[in-house]
Amino acid sequence: MRERVTYRSKVLPYLLVAPQIAVTIVFFLWPASQALYQSVQRQDPFGLRTRFVGLDNFVAIFEDPGYLHSLQVTAVFSICVATLALGLALLLAVAADRAVRGATTYKTLLIWPYAVAPAVAGVLWMFLFNPTIGSVSYALRTLGYGWNHLLDGTEAMVLVVLAATWKQISYNFIFFLAGLQAIPKSLIEAAAIDGAGPNRRFWTIVLPLLSPTAFFLLVVNVVYAFFDTFGIIHSVTSGGPARATEILVYKVFYDAFEALDLGGSAAQSVILMVIVIGLTVVQFRYVERRVHY
Amino acid sequence: MVEKQGIGVWVTHAILVLGVAIVAFPIYVTFVASSLTLREVLDAPMTLVPGPHLWENYRTALFHGTKMNGTPVIGMLWNSLVMALVIAAGKIVISLLSAFAVVYFRFPFRMVFFWMIFITLMLPVEVRILPTYKVVSDLEMLNSFGGLTVPLIASATATFLFRQFFMTVPDELVEATKIDGAGPMRFFKDVLVPLSRTNIAALFVILFIYGWNQYLWPLLITTDHRMDTIVIGIKRMLAAGDDQIEWPVVMATTMLAMIPPVFVVVAMQRWFVKGLVDSEK
Repeated sequence: MRERVTYRSKVLPYLLVAPQIAVTIVFFLWPASQALYQSVQRQDPFGLRTRFVGLDNFVAIFEDPGYLHSLQVTAVFSICVATLALGLALLLAVAADRAVRGATTYKTLLIWPYAVAPAVAGVLWMFLFNPTIGSVSYALRTLGYGWNHLLDGTEAMVLVVLAATWKQISYNFIFFLAGLQAIPKSLIEAAAIDGAGPNRRFWTIVLPLLSPTAFFLLVVNVVYAFFDTFGIIHSVTSGGPARATEILVYKVFYDAFEALDLGGSAAQSVILMVIVIGLTVVQFRYVERRVHY
Repeated sequence: MVEKQGIGVWVTHAILVLGVAIVAFPIYVTFVASSLTLREVLDAPMTLVPGPHLWENYRTALFHGTKMNGTPVIGMLWNSLVMALVIAAGKIVISLLSAFAVVYFRFPFRMVFFWMIFITLMLPVEVRILPTYKVVSDLEMLNSFGGLTVPLIASATATFLFRQFFMTVPDELVEATKIDGAGPMRFFKDVLVPLSRTNIAALFVILFIYGWNQYLWPLLITTDHRMDTIVIGIKRMLAAGDDQIEWPVVMATTMLAMIPPVFVVVAMQRWFVKGLVDSEK
């Protein structure tokens, strides 16, 4: 990179970065270091003394069936949300890309759930599936299926997956549509002239060219399912019934503020930190490659 | 031109119409419920035709809230609006300033600062939940707008975005302002910020929604009902227990919680899509 024309000043640049750095240190780096520190400490029940316990908190977490269960719940939840949200968004994006007339209208009508808060999305779906008054649960009842996500763990999982997917489709849709529109039309036309039908064209040309977008979205969707769905879980199921929807982020919140387990919660935070760092690294390595591509 | 007629076109439109219908259905039902009386909502199956009680329910929600909760929604809307605006504006301002410093000055520890900002990407609230709460509580910022907003206004994404953009601004502009005798802040204010207008607008849409839709953070920081944001307020109304919930009022509140961010997205669609795509690069 060529050297830019710059200004000379001893104090000004520090003043300019000061607000950002101050917030970063006080509310990000310091608390994160505290979480690291507390994760190797244990506090007595009265909060009077703390002592160094090494990796005991981590050992305890991975021996805790509750935590392992939460890991499993998170995995199921993330896989379901990512698969559904990506699949449906791709279907809609391909359709919108093909529709000549009304494409912009469809786009407008499909993107706005992005603006709905996860917790509010949860409330919308909870109302539809309310066991006594919900429209959908009523329809299911007339079909002979008694829906009650307050008692049935699987049904609760289905409900939060639906709400989380509904909210994420619009995001994926925008990126898929942008990706589709970036594919050179000449490639598609060449294939059509060679006699490839729409299906063949999709699988051998469109999808491979779309795979960088799809991979990027996969990472984003996993991050979303891991971290941004707290509002849905908290407002719809509170992790229940019987912890059937207790994802990791909900558990770390619950253990810190309801169960008041300081060391355990800190250790869970550190594990989550490792997960985010891993996902961020994957995302940035990928972006690097996309630039070359 | 690839074939664009025949049965395929109908299938395409059918998929899209179905998609739009499924996306809109939960909102429609919520809207209908916000226009009925409680009795009509409880009478399963609930009608799917809007009733005449729309204004009544919204007025109750706005100025009285539910009977159990008793907090008027208009106050919650105000809290959400302040929170969203301060977070969006705050993030943009401090990111503009730090990107300006990183791109247009050479100073010791420049890259250290840059990496410190970068690291915040990897530290969402969820991974430092209790210690961050403790910091805010030690600073006596619980139940205040300061506590709701300041801890969220660091932004690696916005800083990177502006940094990328500033690096594309031609050097000639800097030199021209230097020759004209303008200092760095003058250049920043009169050249750089006006040039960043589009980026600012795009980012503003994304960040406004980000701020409006916050959930975990206000849940931790506010215990006083007067500080409830509307998203938190809905949750509190629902905590009343199934047979106590005034569904029409709650559903009116839900609609009110969605209208501002949805309006921003639809009205500023062009900037919204740009902001979304840019901030993920």
